[in-house]
Amino acid sequence: MTVLDDRAAPAPAGPRSTASARRRGGTGRAYYWMVLPALALFLLFHTVPVLQGIYYSLTDYAGYGRHDFVGLDNYASLFRDGRIWESYLFTFQFAVVATVLTNLVALAVALGLNGKIKFRGTLRGVFFTPNVLSVLIVGYVFHYLFTYSLPAIAEHLGIGALSGSILADPDLAWVGVVVLAVWQAAAFNIIIYLAGLQTVPEDLYEAATLDGATSWQRFRSVTLPLIAPFVTVNMVISLRNFLQVFDHIAALTSGGPGTATTSVSYMIYNGGFNGGEYAYQTANAVVFFLCIVAVSVFQLRILRRHEVND
Amino acid sequence: MAAPAPRPRVNWWLTGLMAAVSLTVLVPLYFTVVTALKTPDQLGGTGFALPDSVRWANFADAWRLTAFPDVFLNSALITVGAVCLTLLSNSLVAYAIARNMHRRRFRLLYYYFVSALFVPFPIIMLPVVKQTSLLGLDNKVGLVLLYVVYGLALNIFLYVGYLKSVPRELEEAARTDGAGTWTVFWRIIFPLLTPMNAAVGILTCLWAWNDFLLPLVVLSEGEQTLPLAQFVLQSQFNTNYPVAFASYLMAMAPVLIVYVFAQRWVISGVMRGSVK
Repeated sequence: MTVLDDRAAPAPAGPRSTASARRRGGTGRAYYWMVLPALALFLLFHTVPVLQGIYYSLTDYAGYGRHDFVGLDNYASLFRDGRIWESYLFTFQFAVVATVLTNLVALAVALGLNGKIKFRGTLRGVFFTPNVLSVLIVGYVFHYLFTYSLPAIAEHLGIGALSGSILADPDLAWVGVVVLAVWQAAAFNIIIYLAGLQTVPEDLYEAATLDGATSWQRFRSVTLPLIAPFVTVNMVISLRNFLQVFDHIAALTSGGPGTATTSVSYMIYNGGFNGGEYAYQTANAVVFFLCIVAVSVFQLRILRRHEVND
Repeated sequence: MAAPAPRPRVNWWLTGLMAAVSLTVLVPLYFTVVTALKTPDQLGGTGFALPDSVRWANFADAWRLTAFPDVFLNSALITVGAVCLTLLSNSLVAYAIARNMHRRRFRLLYYYFVSALFVPFPIIMLPVVKQTSLLGLDNKVGLVLLYVVYGLALNIFLYVGYLKSVPRELEEAARTDGAGTWTVFWRIIFPLLTPMNAAVGILTCLWAWNDFLLPLVVLSEGEQTLPLAQFVLQSQFNTNYPVAFASYLMAMAPVLIVYVFAQRWVISGVMRGSVK
């Protein structure tokens, strides 16, 4: 809001007498007209909804009809609600596991692609494919694989533990979500790591090899420090995206079995639109927002410390 | 890269290993294709076998069931609208901000837009649905506007970063020739932004085409995008998996076909958009 007021006041800075000054005034005005429509739309569809969300979180609004101001009651109830704790626990566990796995897989594949291999372009193209596909639709394919194919394979191999669908098992369903998430997200991270690996100068490897470094030592003390900024970017983006997991859940488990895989986003959607908990879930969303900001800041601090200072 | 001297020896072991690993990507796609071609009674077992007899009618059934032409057109219109409007508007805003970073007001505006990167969608989700239906924008037009607005944060960040490296001499020369700010932008800056426009265009395209949550909450009954149609029809596919998979395949096909032909371009665009 303050930005709008700030901007509106000095815009009609009156025309000056000299020609050059008038032209400068004119250019200035053009710049204002360039940002004005976008600013208006941004206020209308982003800032106003955020403020509305915060406002509704302080009421008992059900999504329709009248509502009363209830102060911080919703927030107090959130902290006493087992469902909420469960969904945060699931979401963070899932996001951390998926982030670590995605980055390990992506880095390994990128290292392979960066080696002296044939068909590099084609293989790179294949590995990036999951990134251009809809998570929801791929999720439905994986749903079938987990429900029918995996148990059939397990039966062939005589693994009794996997003879049922993992998505129907409250203790294992999250593994299915992780597999889909890693399969889809690794594609993007591979490309970023590949870009990072190409910035490492070839002669540094040669020097390290001449000094008798093994390939693990070369990776550990030459490659990794140099691509640290790319690790930072990937970790931050992955964690941020996985914390908001929704499509994966909608396609694979609908939050079940029971509430075993109900992520925070899924709970906000479901409770807010179908469960008559509009105000309650907006409060949940505000808390979630604060969590994401805190995690991002924390993560950037930790990871930045490990980067090479140049 | 450009060393013409002795070609480095190809590591065939590694090549074989990478090809084997790439099967993890290809197998689910293969699975989608073979399942879409089967009759229901050929299902069962692991499902990886090739079909004995091909049932092309699965595609015709899926076509009718999902009203494919309508849904495809919706997805296409939304994606094209979002990409065009995003390119034209976001680059313009970024230009105005980048050339005025020394003014406090524009610098504030920059941080105001970019800070939206930290705002997760769930906090906006419930109120924005009220907002769009109140304004009669619970349709394709509204969705296009939302993609343009929600893309601003990242795109402004990308464009402003890129504009710092665009030399100002051309602009200043044009200005001394009497060109106004708008002319300078459209005739000089916008063409110079082409690499970044490609990156932003590709990222926006993939996002708008594959997005599920925003169409799910914003579009009113009756209008669907391709992913949304798969979601809505889950109950109607019932257990007729071949028809369902034919429908999934048709929904994936357009982007896959474009990707096969424009692969290099798509990857370099995404790379430029993420590494700056």
